Amino acid sequence: MRLAPSPIAFRVNGADVAVEAPPMARLSSVLRDRLGLTGTKVGCDAGDCGACTVLVDGQAACACLVPVAQAAGAEIRTVEGLANGALSALQEAFLRHGAAQCGICTPGLLMAGTALLEANPHPTEAEVQDALGGVLCRCTGYRKIIAAVMDANADSPPSDRPEGGAFRSIVGARIPRLDGRPKVLGTEMFGADERPAGALSVLVIRSPHWHAEFAFGDIAGFVAAHPGLVAVYTAADIPGRNRFGVIPPFADQPALAQAHARFRGEAVALVAGEPDAIAALDPAGFPVEWKPLPHVLDCEAGKAAPPLHEARPGNLLVAGRVVRGDAEAALTASAVTVSGAIETSHVEHAYIEPEAGHAFMDGDTLAIKACTQAPVMDRDDTAAVLGLPPEKVRIVPTATGGGFGSKLDVSLQPLIGLVALKTGRPAALAYTRAESMASTTKRHPARMQATIGADADGRVTGMVFDGDFNTGAYASWGPTVASRVPVHASGPYFTPAYRAEARAIHTNGPISGAFRGFGVPQAAVMQETLYDELAGRLGIDRLEFRLRNALRNGQPTVCGQVMEAGVGIADCLEALKPRWAQALVDAEAFNRGNGTVRRGVGVASCWYGCGNTGIPNPSTMKLGITADGRVILHQGAVDIGQGSNTVIPQICAEALGLPLEAFGFVGGDTALTPDAGKTSASRQTYISGKAAEKAGRALRERILRFANVSERAELSLDGGSIVVREGAASRRIELASLPADEEGYVFRAEETYDPPTAPLDENGQGRPYAVYGWGAQVAELEVDRTLGTVRLIRITAAHDVGRAINPLLVEGQVEGGIAQGLGMALMEEYVPGRTENLHDYLIPTIGDVPEIETILVEVPDPEGPFGAKGLGEHVLIPTAPAILNAIRHATGALVTRLPATPSRVLAAIREAGR
Amino acid sequence: MARYARPRSLDEALGLLAGSRWRVLAGGTDFYPALGAAPLRDDVLDITLLRDELAGISEIDGHYVIGGLTRWADIVRAALPPAFDALRQAGREVGSVQIQNRASIAGNLCNASPAADGVPPLLALDAEVELRSQGCRRLVPLAAFIRGNRRTAISADELLTAIRVPKAAARGRSAFVKLGARRYLVISIAMAAARIAVDGAGRVATAAVAVGACSPVARRLLALERSLIGKPANESLGDIVEPHHLAALSPIDDVRGTAAYRVEAAREIVARALRAAAGGEAQEAAA
Repeated sequence: MRLAPSPIAFRVNGADVAVEAPPMARLSSVLRDRLGLTGTKVGCDAGDCGACTVLVDGQAACACLVPVAQAAGAEIRTVEGLANGALSALQEAFLRHGAAQCGICTPGLLMAGTALLEANPHPTEAEVQDALGGVLCRCTGYRKIIAAVMDANADSPPSDRPEGGAFRSIVGARIPRLDGRPKVLGTEMFGADERPAGALSVLVIRSPHWHAEFAFGDIAGFVAAHPGLVAVYTAADIPGRNRFGVIPPFADQPALAQAHARFRGEAVALVAGEPDAIAALDPAGFPVEWKPLPHVLDCEAGKAAPPLHEARPGNLLVAGRVVRGDAEAALTASAVTVSGAIETSHVEHAYIEPEAGHAFMDGDTLAIKACTQAPVMDRDDTAAVLGLPPEKVRIVPTATGGGFGSKLDVSLQPLIGLVALKTGRPAALAYTRAESMASTTKRHPARMQATIGADADGRVTGMVFDGDFNTGAYASWGPTVASRVPVHASGPYFTPAYRAEARAIHTNGPISGAFRGFGVPQAAVMQETLYDELAGRLGIDRLEFRLRNALRNGQPTVCGQVMEAGVGIADCLEALKPRWAQALVDAEAFNRGNGTVRRGVGVASCWYGCGNTGIPNPSTMKLGITADGRVILHQGAVDIGQGSNTVIPQICAEALGLPLEAFGFVGGDTALTPDAGKTSASRQTYISGKAAEKAGRALRERILRFANVSERAELSLDGGSIVVREGAASRRIELASLPADEEGYVFRAEETYDPPTAPLDENGQGRPYAVYGWGAQVAELEVDRTLGTVRLIRITAAHDVGRAINPLLVEGQVEGGIAQGLGMALMEEYVPGRTENLHDYLIPTIGDVPEIETILVEVPDPEGPFGAKGLGEHVLIPTAPAILNAIRHATGALVTRLPATPSRVLAAIREAGR
Repeated sequence: MARYARPRSLDEALGLLAGSRWRVLAGGTDFYPALGAAPLRDDVLDITLLRDELAGISEIDGHYVIGGLTRWADIVRAALPPAFDALRQAGREVGSVQIQNRASIAGNLCNASPAADGVPPLLALDAEVELRSQGCRRLVPLAAFIRGNRRTAISADELLTAIRVPKAAARGRSAFVKLGARRYLVISIAMAAARIAVDGAGRVATAAVAVGACSPVARRLLALERSLIGKPANESLGDIVEPHHLAALSPIDDVRGTAAYRVEAAREIVARALRAAAGGEAQEAAA
């Protein structure tokens, strides 16, 4: 028996260690906090995500569930032990296949995969799924992970080696992500991976009520009674404007609520203290008195309730509206009209990295290192809350373990910033999974209805759409959702008469904000399911019906925007035709058996405007060449896994005419890098890519002019020289002989690009976006008609990306977006107060994502860099409606409430059979 | 400061339990999720050094005896008669491989979740649990041991040391069907285990059927079992299941499914488990 702590001895990656730690400390925290092995990630502390998977005596285990005392005498292996001088075969395969995107789940997957491969060097797909089923990934859609594990020990050398070195092939090359090595090595630093010595820990006190008034008790007494606590901060301590928000005119959210909490999970106070004191603190003892108030959780109740915010009567935050022609008259005159209603749920982003970071004072500047999608917006909001000028706040983005829209809003930045500012000491905080889920934004639940008409030839005549979007307690991106939905609710189809309205309604539910698609995925479910009904009523093949109505160059959108080039939806639908035809034949043959299981096929499309809607949205890129011959790109577009750290350099290198290998990078540190704007709205490849192209061309121009050669000249680097060749002539520029500026650059360029858009008028007419991306997907699945379960067989995705800058990364985006789309379709339903964990809130596992075939369509856009269009959000928009349409094809039943859980699918089948 | 003890023998562990109140820790896979971010206040008795005494599968006195600390990964791989197939199939559904490598079968029972994967297969094996305290050993039928949602008959001074399956109940073949909303790491909407032993004429001699996640404690369907006796042991067994056979269930509406759905789905997965146990391949109903 042992009662007193004594050093616990075990081996880690072959080395003996002995740690002084409480015996019940989680092995994950001991590895990270005491041994500095931060490659083991913490995503849930409950065994639900597998990010902390390590090997204990060769067996995979969640380190968050292992008391360190049970590690005594054991051999522990972590991701840091995989590479032995060189990357392991599995690490190499992950890089080669693009199996790591954001990288937060990568160490867990690598460890689970290593355990498998050591027992079974050549596993089947099913064996890989069984072995990796306990590790969640939110970015990749798992298909490249499966391929990497199966290929790791392949006998033949991989055939698709990168080809990135050669000039003229940089754009379009399947280059493994440039920031991939630290992700597979476990050395990538995410928000929780760095903690300055002497940092205070911060605990956030949050409202347990949907809606409540509150008053604090004896805070000084509470601090005094708990040795190691340093201070408690409340709204009264906030030096600046206690109100933040991503859209400044709507900023309405206090960093710490003042006497009145509007949603469950809202921050009301901070407790700062020494780490051990905070770890031992029970927040239930915090002196606060709650007085619960009546609350509303859905839009209908919200409209009738007293406003959550003054000046927003009816709890209406924003109503967005697009009107073109007389839609009602067009519907009346239509040969066929169909109407329907769809309801969707809160969807949680469920990135595997909860919000985390630390803040510290650097002289009189407050520095914050945290995960984020929008460093400059974080800086400005944090500065305003803390009463600092923006230049006295420096945001240094860490690697971000997934974002998908929710890490656009500030979360912990003003909180840890306040503690660092007030105490002068560094302050660190990593949200728990429950805290992350309760307090950060969600996808808007929508209640939509629509009517669409067509003439006898199957041409759409008009559409009316109306939707309430539950925006929760604060504005966040609600206005954006309300404006984007009516612009996109027609789908990528020519719709001559149109009226659409979307309202963002406040409730006391979770804040709904940005989530991959800003409301458009919900609206697409409404429109695409009605398109199937229309096609059925008209007796037209469903794909053919869509092709007949696909928007073409020269036709006006519902906003009256006419594009003369680059409209690629018809190309996408055409590309799907062979698979569509085969899938229908396969389904018919299968269903002849008339068994319990029925097969169905569905199709749906998307379009999506890249960047802000009708308002400025610039990005600036800077690059320079140093005297010793390095090209440094100041690349402020945050890579949250989607690949901008690779794609933007590819574009820049192509434009400059120097190889990628010559490049070094400075990230999105607000003190070092110009504003590239937020990673949102599928804008980075297009807008920041365009800025990078312009900067690359400008730098090239400067060099050419210096060398006095023509545009046709070729550049190369040779040590500290640039060699300029034109025809037989060659000239060498000795860089060290040139004067360097204060940053050490002998040549430099900085360029800004802002998309040419025009504001929308009161009827939503204008030019909201300069570039759109297009796509369509076919879903094939089986429905068990007695259980209501759905098994996906295959998704075929055709996406027009204009130009695939990096096809490997494009495929990764497509597969990951489809995984999120199928989650939204089949299983994801965030119920506030009930599913604040990753075992009640279900996201797809490695066994849930079917084979995905990606068809890259390249209809160049005149505006985009090298013709490229955005992609990130587009890819999940068609998935859910394609799945619902396939379920209806299989069973005759349309599920009108998402997600289509087995319970709801079976109920819909029963209803349809009546 | 909470105490932590890791005794080296069962006697030592039982001595500690006799002396004061402890929270018993084995694989930790339910312990830490229940703790969450809260500070640890309980005294913890870590029994994982007792694996020599309490892990492994043996045949003693006409019983198959599964030590309480036997891990699910070991059960999945164990050479056991076909009557245990349902238990081994269930073991593959307990969390993930990471969980199965640490979690003990006793923990699954003591945690007493209505959705515990291990319970229906063990009910269908007429399992009993062995509870030991200092100087005392008692055997309790599993059906009586789990008393409700997160409630069991264990006393504060007892350990669940073994699960015993009488050889008479280890006859025949069994199958387990789990219904969930995703493939891995999923809490059941409903699950069923069925065991069928056949007489010389190919008819059902013994039937044991249990359903989980449709009542606070998994339930045997005794009326159905009676109806099955004497029927030809083939695919048609699935057709015998009638709604009234599920009267013992009392499912709830929750985020995973409605009560009405659970009853309907339970009937179907029971039928599938029976067909599988009667000779077909065991099948997964999980999406």
